[in-house]
Amino acid sequence: MDLDLISNILFAMVRTGTPLLLVALGELVCEKSGVLNLGQEGMMLFGAVIGFIVAFATGSLWLGVALAIVAGMVLALLFALVAVYLNANQIACGLALTIFGVGLSSFIGTAWVGKPLVGFGTLAIPLLSQIPLLGRMLFAQDLLVYLSFALFAVVGWVLLKTRTGLVLQAVGENPAAASAMGLPVRRVRLLAVLFGGAMAGLAGAYLSLAYTPMWAENMTAGRGWIALALVVFASWRVFRVLLGAYLFGLASILHLVLQGLGVSIPSNLLAMLPYVATIVVLVLLSRDAVRTRLYAPVSLGQPWQPGH
Amino acid sequence: MPDISSPPPRLELRGITKRYPGCLANDRIDLSVARGEIRALLGENGAGKSTLMKIIFGAAAADAGELRWEGQPVTVRDPSQARELGIGMVFQHFSLFETLTVAENVALALGPAAGDPRQLVPRIREVSKRYGMALDPERRVHALSVGERQRVEIVRCLMQDIKLLILDEPTSVLTPPEVDELFVTLRKLAAEGVSILFISHKLGEVRALCHSATVLRAGRVTGHCDPREQSDLALAQLMVGDAEGLEARYPKRSGDKVFLDLSQLSWRNPDPFATSLHDIDLTVRAGEIVGIAGVAGNGQDELMALLSGEECLPLQAARIITLGGQAVANLPPDARRRLGLAMVPAERLGHAAVPSLSLADNALLSGFQQGLVRHGMIQRGKVSAFARRIIERFEVKTPDMHTSARSLSGGNLQKFILGREILQNPKLLIAAHPTWGVDVGAAAAIHRALIELRDAGAAILVISEDLDELFQISDRIGALCGGRLSPLKATAKTQTSEVGRWMTGQFDTAANAADAAPTSTTY
Repeated sequence: MDLDLISNILFAMVRTGTPLLLVALGELVCEKSGVLNLGQEGMMLFGAVIGFIVAFATGSLWLGVALAIVAGMVLALLFALVAVYLNANQIACGLALTIFGVGLSSFIGTAWVGKPLVGFGTLAIPLLSQIPLLGRMLFAQDLLVYLSFALFAVVGWVLLKTRTGLVLQAVGENPAAASAMGLPVRRVRLLAVLFGGAMAGLAGAYLSLAYTPMWAENMTAGRGWIALALVVFASWRVFRVLLGAYLFGLASILHLVLQGLGVSIPSNLLAMLPYVATIVVLVLLSRDAVRTRLYAPVSLGQPWQPGH
Repeated sequence: MPDISSPPPRLELRGITKRYPGCLANDRIDLSVARGEIRALLGENGAGKSTLMKIIFGAAAADAGELRWEGQPVTVRDPSQARELGIGMVFQHFSLFETLTVAENVALALGPAAGDPRQLVPRIREVSKRYGMALDPERRVHALSVGERQRVEIVRCLMQDIKLLILDEPTSVLTPPEVDELFVTLRKLAAEGVSILFISHKLGEVRALCHSATVLRAGRVTGHCDPREQSDLALAQLMVGDAEGLEARYPKRSGDKVFLDLSQLSWRNPDPFATSLHDIDLTVRAGEIVGIAGVAGNGQDELMALLSGEECLPLQAARIITLGGQAVANLPPDARRRLGLAMVPAERLGHAAVPSLSLADNALLSGFQQGLVRHGMIQRGKVSAFARRIIERFEVKTPDMHTSARSLSGGNLQKFILGREILQNPKLLIAAHPTWGVDVGAAAAIHRALIELRDAGAAILVISEDLDELFQISDRIGALCGGRLSPLKATAKTQTSEVGRWMTGQFDTAANAADAAPTSTTY
């Protein structure tokens, strides 16, 4: 295998991992506050279709990205009203949100299926992108990938180094105690859910405006679900989310690579890899109970209402 | 009019009333705490102490009455406002975040102004040193002992500009030496001018620590007094009225043949944050009561589960637990019950009884082996007769046997559960915290029932956090600490101080001494 091929694989790995990274970072923040939002897939699709339509109609990719983020947040707000403020079951609401998002996006996207669009192109940074092996992967990507690097750094810094991160963790572990301390539990949870929605919308826009600039029904292909598993895989730690996103990215392009190398394994089998990997990893991780308990938000999935 | 020589009390309550659906929790309560005063708030469970504290701390609103802070009327809307006034509260169930460090927990409570948790570390060290509370600010809370967690809560209050410290049953989770340390700290705080409200139902502690006491009964103030000038009995009568059996003494017995025998029981808990058991040796004879002391979380629940059969050992380890000579460690609960075992678990609602089921159905729950079921069909008539017998024999106050278990008071339900087990004529009764949260009258009745069962020849094992109770009823006593069991001694030949040391792990067992030669297999 030559260096060029490896360099290409790494480049594709980051490209494929980016939507996973974006959604998973959003869901991580959301789950840290104690809210499990299974609606990621729905919010992603809604973001993808809105982003595409806006970009197509106005010709501005960035306006598309911005409104995709807003679209994700609108669905997240809906979820938060029901699941955070009205104490509905988070799992049921999340599933409903996904079903809603899938249906709504294909309904409003019908007229745009197969329309051509020039999406975000790669922007190679001079000199840095010439670094052998890693240059293309890190410095010859499109702008949204660079944005995902920055967002990763910001989320990591907030979670690990700031009071905001501490508050988020406290609310997710013991909302009753947090409230007794005067922390606004529901507002924190609302903001966390909205952040999750924004990230899912952005990830959707990445798919429809950069990764494959087009709109197709159900184009997220289960990435929202993989991202959910990814957060568990990462045992709620932000660096592992990054690692996991790229690992899954690698797993999903592996069948293309192996086909290119002439390995004769049915590509359908190889396309299963990321999903199989998810299950295997989840099983392996559940064995390390101490670590998981240390980072898992204890009140995950439990509604909380003041005064009880 | 207030003048300089007598400043207004720090906190004054006038006519505080709080009504919950179906109960008057606080009825026109007057209370005041002066600067530097340690005032006890005494009362049984359900007397209204917790409600009153919630009102002071802003966690509940009073329906009527006035709250004055340093002479000024105030309304405390929420806990953060209480903290701004200088009120700190140490809850009975701690409000700490287990996955965070001590410093992070403190930083969260202090608010954004406190800055970075790491900058707080030296201040926390300083405060904990000044008040004699050893504490490492950089450790995570889940790795701390219960006593250490309480210190975190207190230090957290002290880091703020505190004027009134409320402690809700602070000693219930501490060993006797830890209680002494806490009292030293509290006296120091009072000497510096901090007012302290000390909620408790332990009379000895109140008399040792507090300058004054307010006694509550059924939501009303029944007296203000100086606890140092009152006898335990006088205080108890203020708390519960004239109940009998407050000072009963029971003769000690030495027992007959060994019925329950545990030898070298070691068990690894799959939950990494919970206690594992190490090399436990224990025998209980027919006709004696063995008491196991210890602070909650030191292996009591695990020991109960292994004894009841809710946790089983593998077949080759079956002889580690024997009942009347028969190996049972691998048997499920119903098989053990057939051999004469009866259990009263610690948790009444949800473990000992199903809250939503009627008393009759709950009687069937563990009594099904008493001929109440034939060919898989429930014999309703026999179940009713059984339930009626329990209610009559143990004076359970209930409208009828069709009342749901949930609607009974703690004491009444406990009498029912204990009665259900006793009427099955067990050869071994194991009871955990039999009188926890039960009023004094019912507690005395439960003690009498246990003694009667003992005198009828049953072996009894009582696990409790209440040392006074254990000394009152048990014939031999030991303590659990960190999953190890101290040696058992005849109660008459030991004292609270010795058992208190055992509760902190200061004892030698064969296993402790023989580190070089592991004697048993861990399951």
